[in-house]
Amino acid sequence: MRKAKYLLPIAALSLAFLVSCGGADKSKQESAKGESGSQAAEASEASAGGELNVQVGSSPETMDPALNSASDGATYILHAFTGLLSIDKNSDVVPGLAEKWEHSDDGLTWTFHLRPDLKWSDGTDLTAEDFVYSWKRLADPALAAPYGYDLLSVVAGYEEASNGDLDALQVSAPDKDTFVVKLSSPCTFFDQIAAFVSTAPVQKKTVEENGDAWATKPETYVSSGPYRMTEYVDGDRIVYEKNPYYYDKDNITFDKIVWHLIEDGNSVYTAYNQGELDLAKTLPSEEIPSLKGNEEFHLDPMMGTYYISFNIQKAPFNDPKVREALSLAVDRDYVANTIMQGTYTPANNLVGPGISDAGENSSFEEVTKEKYGNFFDNSKYEENLAKAKELLAEAGYPNGQGFPTFSYLTNDASYHKPVAEYLQNAWGQLGLTMNIDIQEWKTVTANRRSGNYDVARNGWVMDYNDPSNMINLFETGNGNNDGKYSNPDFDALVDKARKTANVEEHYDYLHQAEQVLLKDYGACPVAYYTEFYLEKPNLSNVWHTPTGYFLFMYGKKA
Amino acid sequence: MPKYILKRAIMSLITAFLVATLTFFVMNMVPGGPFLSEKAVTPQAQAAMEAKYGLDKPLFQQYTTYMTGILKGDFGLSIKKRGRTVSQIIGTKFPVSAKVGGLALILAVCTGIPLGAVAAFNRGKFIDNLLVVLSTAGIAIPSFLSSTILIYIFTTKLKWLPSLGLKDAQSYIMPVVALALYPTFYMARLMRSSMLDVMGQDYMRTAKAKGVTTFKAIFKHALRNAILPVITYLGPLLAALMTGSFIIEKIFNIPGLGSEFVSSITSRDYPMIMGTTIFLAVFIIIMNLFVDIAYAIVDPRIKLK
Repeated sequence: MRKAKYLLPIAALSLAFLVSCGGADKSKQESAKGESGSQAAEASEASAGGELNVQVGSSPETMDPALNSASDGATYILHAFTGLLSIDKNSDVVPGLAEKWEHSDDGLTWTFHLRPDLKWSDGTDLTAEDFVYSWKRLADPALAAPYGYDLLSVVAGYEEASNGDLDALQVSAPDKDTFVVKLSSPCTFFDQIAAFVSTAPVQKKTVEENGDAWATKPETYVSSGPYRMTEYVDGDRIVYEKNPYYYDKDNITFDKIVWHLIEDGNSVYTAYNQGELDLAKTLPSEEIPSLKGNEEFHLDPMMGTYYISFNIQKAPFNDPKVREALSLAVDRDYVANTIMQGTYTPANNLVGPGISDAGENSSFEEVTKEKYGNFFDNSKYEENLAKAKELLAEAGYPNGQGFPTFSYLTNDASYHKPVAEYLQNAWGQLGLTMNIDIQEWKTVTANRRSGNYDVARNGWVMDYNDPSNMINLFETGNGNNDGKYSNPDFDALVDKARKTANVEEHYDYLHQAEQVLLKDYGACPVAYYTEFYLEKPNLSNVWHTPTGYFLFMYGKKA
Repeated sequence: MPKYILKRAIMSLITAFLVATLTFFVMNMVPGGPFLSEKAVTPQAQAAMEAKYGLDKPLFQQYTTYMTGILKGDFGLSIKKRGRTVSQIIGTKFPVSAKVGGLALILAVCTGIPLGAVAAFNRGKFIDNLLVVLSTAGIAIPSFLSSTILIYIFTTKLKWLPSLGLKDAQSYIMPVVALALYPTFYMARLMRSSMLDVMGQDYMRTAKAKGVTTFKAIFKHALRNAILPVITYLGPLLAALMTGSFIIEKIFNIPGLGSEFVSSITSRDYPMIMGTTIFLAVFIIIMNLFVDIAYAIVDPRIKLK
């Protein structure tokens, strides 16, 4: 997933995947009670109108909902496109273009009832056929949508569709206001998929007439959401104005949103301080200490972990004792709070806060602590360090003697270099000599993936709220398993978690798998990600999701 | 003269061809590809994308396809910015950079040359010493620092100028000044030393001896000769300024070609790398050609053969 340029990109199934795919046997019928609910009510009190100037990222790679994989891209797109369902302020699924939806007793057939008389932003009719077209397009291998597989692999016929036979995908429109999806296996969180940005409808006419270029110009950017594009200057700005054909237009507050596309943190910070921006996302890290405590500075948790990969196929890192020694010698509090200036939190396990467990409002991380305790106990750092020295001696390198000089591969962005320098020092205390090998980002990624390194910086920001999204990275053969960690016990647990229909079992297997991985020191977790931004105090009712999206359409400015 | 230009044009074509060929192969030797991202891509998606951009073909075939495409004026599609062609991107971004760069050049020429000339005439005096100090600073201060200082003074403190984009005439001031700083002082120094050189020549003494006014001596004899090295510098300078500065564009958030060129390399957007490199190369070659022609006009001693 990509997020900004260097961090591990986010993207994301927006929402909380509270339950994994499993047997849903009970029919449920949701109605559009109160429509957009409280958020709309609150918004209507606001003085309507006005212009909002925000910076949430730089120029998007794409504005096409199906092609997007970035969190800033998702923010732009979610203001222009609404899908079948939406997500509200509390991360709950609420009606979108579909006013109600239900699924069959076996959980395999999902029916969405669209609002009557829906229109595209060009005033033409939007019907269920548009969804059929858009969903097939999302599965099209020729489009190569980054989230095609993640979102639609549960839909019956996806396998055939992804090999080119698009009509095999089991999506249909029995009439103009009804959209039906047939699944190949039950999936209790399918409503979340129907609310995910990439499944929003796109207009067949404009896409076919203009090809990929449809999403690059206001004239051809026909959308289904609260705003429509009126200006797009790549590298400068995107301007949105209210969509007069949107079903909920009366509750949409700002008349105009100007997305300032800025890459440089200092430029963003200056513009924010000059009052040119109401909200600023990309901030220079050297300003963080001075911003802390400022009411305009917001620091929100984000689902992701910064970790270190050891090249497990290579001596001496094939020795678990060596990996344990290196892992224990890292002072996680110091790294997160001092080196990273508190913009990360110390990672005592692999899966961090913000990820749910089986129970309602439960946290996977909390359950880990209750069941197993924190894997890394930073309060005993001195003891850990002593133990690390012992372990190194046991592995045949007393005081680091005989240990080969090795290098740490990283790119120079964010806090990567200071962390590398810290590690050089920390591991130097064990008597080891580490060189810092700074390479450009794509080169780092290529070398890391092909195993051409000793120790490397790594990290993962999760796509969706299920721990498997993090833990599965370490499965044998996973494309992102850069350390080439492999343990049949771990693989078996991950596989069991994937196949079970029982929600509790699913989480339990994942907990066990995490413990196996940690005990093998298959990777060295260092810190959990957070996200920070500046927001003017006169702004209210705008919100930021744990997957990194900002939603402004119901906001107000005092 | 036309023969000379023709010869130079052919040489230029060969140079451009070599630049394109070299860039193509070096670019493909660099690790990582356009579809490599932190999230491993599914094999189908990877294959579909490679087929779309012709990257599934053998390298040499890709090369020949690309080169024949260029001859037809087709620079291909940008991989990173889907839906945009390379020509479109260059076509929208180059004018922005060219405008800022062109203004910077005018500013640099209009201040740098007189400054250098004035300093030369006042050699050893206060003005001259001041210029030496200023020009050393002007050349030594990198543009990211001068931009930051300008923003600090005129945006943060005085609140006179906007710091972002190119919305109105005012917003051009800081980027143009920051961009012109180095060439202004470089040209002033160049002008000063070549002016001093010329002033020591026998013909200047002769002119003085036969009673030519100082004004005439300067403009008719000294300036014309002294300006030659400056013209030599002008060609590459014009090309460098007009194709955009990555740093200035980043700091002032200007949607120009400079930042596009650099980011295409980090994202391995092959068609964009090729397109911008060839464009830059051809532009520099043309500017150098102009300089050679300008030489002949200013200095009849140089014969274009």
